[in-house]
Amino acid sequence: MTALKTENGFANPDAAYEALVEAHRGLAEAESAALNARLVLILSNHIGDLKVLKEAISLAKKAG
Amino acid sequence: MNRSAANKTVYQFGYRRSADQDASRPVRRPVVIVGAGPVGLTAAIDFAKRGIPAIILDDADRIGEGSRAICFSKRSLEIMDRLGLGDRLVEKGVVWQLGKVFLGEHQVYSFDLLPEAGHRMPAFINLQQYYLEGYLVERAAELPLIDLRWRNRVTAVEKHDDFVRLTIETPEGEYRLDTDWCLACDGARSKVRDCLGLKFEGHTFEERFLIADVKMSAEYPTERWFWFDPPFHSGQSALLHRQPDNVWRIDLQLGPDADPDEEKKPERVRPRLERMLGERKFELEWVSVYRFNCARLKKFVHGRVIFVGDSAHQVSPFGARGANSGIQDAENLVWKLALVLNGEAPESLLDSYELERGQAADENIGHSTRSTDFIAPRTKQERVLRNAVLQLAPHAAFARRMVNSGRLSVASEYDSPLTTPDREAFAGSARLGLPVPDAPLDDRDGAKRYLLQTLGEDFQLLYVKDGARPNVPEGLRMTVIGEDLIDREGHFTQRFDATPGAAYLLRPDHHLCARMRSYDGNRIREALARAKGSAI
Repeated sequence: MTALKTENGFANPDAAYEALVEAHRGLAEAESAALNARLVLILSNHIGDLKVLKEAISLAKKAG
Repeated sequence: MNRSAANKTVYQFGYRRSADQDASRPVRRPVVIVGAGPVGLTAAIDFAKRGIPAIILDDADRIGEGSRAICFSKRSLEIMDRLGLGDRLVEKGVVWQLGKVFLGEHQVYSFDLLPEAGHRMPAFINLQQYYLEGYLVERAAELPLIDLRWRNRVTAVEKHDDFVRLTIETPEGEYRLDTDWCLACDGARSKVRDCLGLKFEGHTFEERFLIADVKMSAEYPTERWFWFDPPFHSGQSALLHRQPDNVWRIDLQLGPDADPDEEKKPERVRPRLERMLGERKFELEWVSVYRFNCARLKKFVHGRVIFVGDSAHQVSPFGARGANSGIQDAENLVWKLALVLNGEAPESLLDSYELERGQAADENIGHSTRSTDFIAPRTKQERVLRNAVLQLAPHAAFARRMVNSGRLSVASEYDSPLTTPDREAFAGSARLGLPVPDAPLDDRDGAKRYLLQTLGEDFQLLYVKDGARPNVPEGLRMTVIGEDLIDREGHFTQRFDATPGAAYLLRPDHHLCARMRSYDGNRIREALARAKGSAI
């Protein structure tokens, strides 16, 4: 059984996506990469589950 | 640095001819140790304490050239204490337990390695390796069972079924020596390893570091200070740590492209250090530029040749896991080999050395690799992620916990066939597979003692008083807590989760290998047999 939730979790997914896009708007590439890195760390810790994190990593790798 | 400083001799010893060199056929010995470093000397002294003679061969005849290892952990100090050197080391060493990590000029993380009281030994001391080696040599000289041979260079190793034949070069020519067991304690560039054609498996890091021992009077506190991107060494990392005699260890990251010969020159080193130390006057004691491996031998036991310490595994210096793990290797091996040599345990007991210290090596390599990856990211994106942790650290606790400037050496917890699994639940900091925690106790005369001081060299049962003294199996030493030793302050009770009648079986290296809530002679006999290798 997978631990990672992949069905939609947001009441308003478009608004969530918009928040991410807006966070990056106007940033240079290096700034964006750094912002993403900080976000990944913050969200990973919030999840706080190595199994979920590893499943997320493998899904991200597979999709790219 | 000038040449005389580089080659400064701290202790000088002399070559002496051994009668073995005049024998017509190679003389046979039970134990020959190659290498008179901290690991080989620890092993020899431990053998002598168990009544087993050991010869140590070393190709040099002096101790000098820089401080190399400086941080000695609580666990190493506890081992040294058993061998008779604890007080001397702590007295000479600089005791510390706090570490601080800075990003630029701001502290982002700190750690306390021994937050609780009631331990005889401190979390860490800093001490130049040459002092430890010098003290060990002096201790070895007090023990007639140790034969320390300087300027005896091993040039060939021949493996036979039940012995090893060594060819040894001396200032007076070559001789051969046979030994039941050969311990290769000859360091990262082990000659014995080369002779057997064995290779390390692992990873070499590209990053170069400058290491400088600097003599100065400075008001910095006795703490480990580590900087990421300090103002005096932009974009790199730096470490500052105190040693005795007003000597300070400074470690500066140089990047992968640094030229080791150029970077060692005083005209290059001094300005770097001046940027860090400001107006302070300092002398350079020792300078080295290094890269490192995180690697190990796949197997440590090769017939009658056993690899111990850096000859078996190597790590980066961040974490003080080199010398400390070597000393623990030696302690793990010696009691087992002593039992085998005395016919009290099967040779297969040595498989548990391989297993337990292999686990420790993997753990050390894991920590060391993670620290190094954090300090010296391998790719641009790794650096982005690392910097993200550092940027978040002032704002979020989780990121402070991720900041990794080295995770310092603590004792390894063995998942071992020598351990008898618990049947009952136990809380407390005592854990199966770990060395037992120390605790302050009073003896029968009311004198203050520490638990670890009372344990000695053999298997030992700690029994918590509950009526009469039980009859323990023959040869097993028992201490009754509440009778022989009194737990007035309650630390023992709390750390061992002790209840009346509880019994704890300790191995000769003080690792806890069985415990039970009430005394059961049969279970103790079985646990003792298991700890001597019956289940391997």
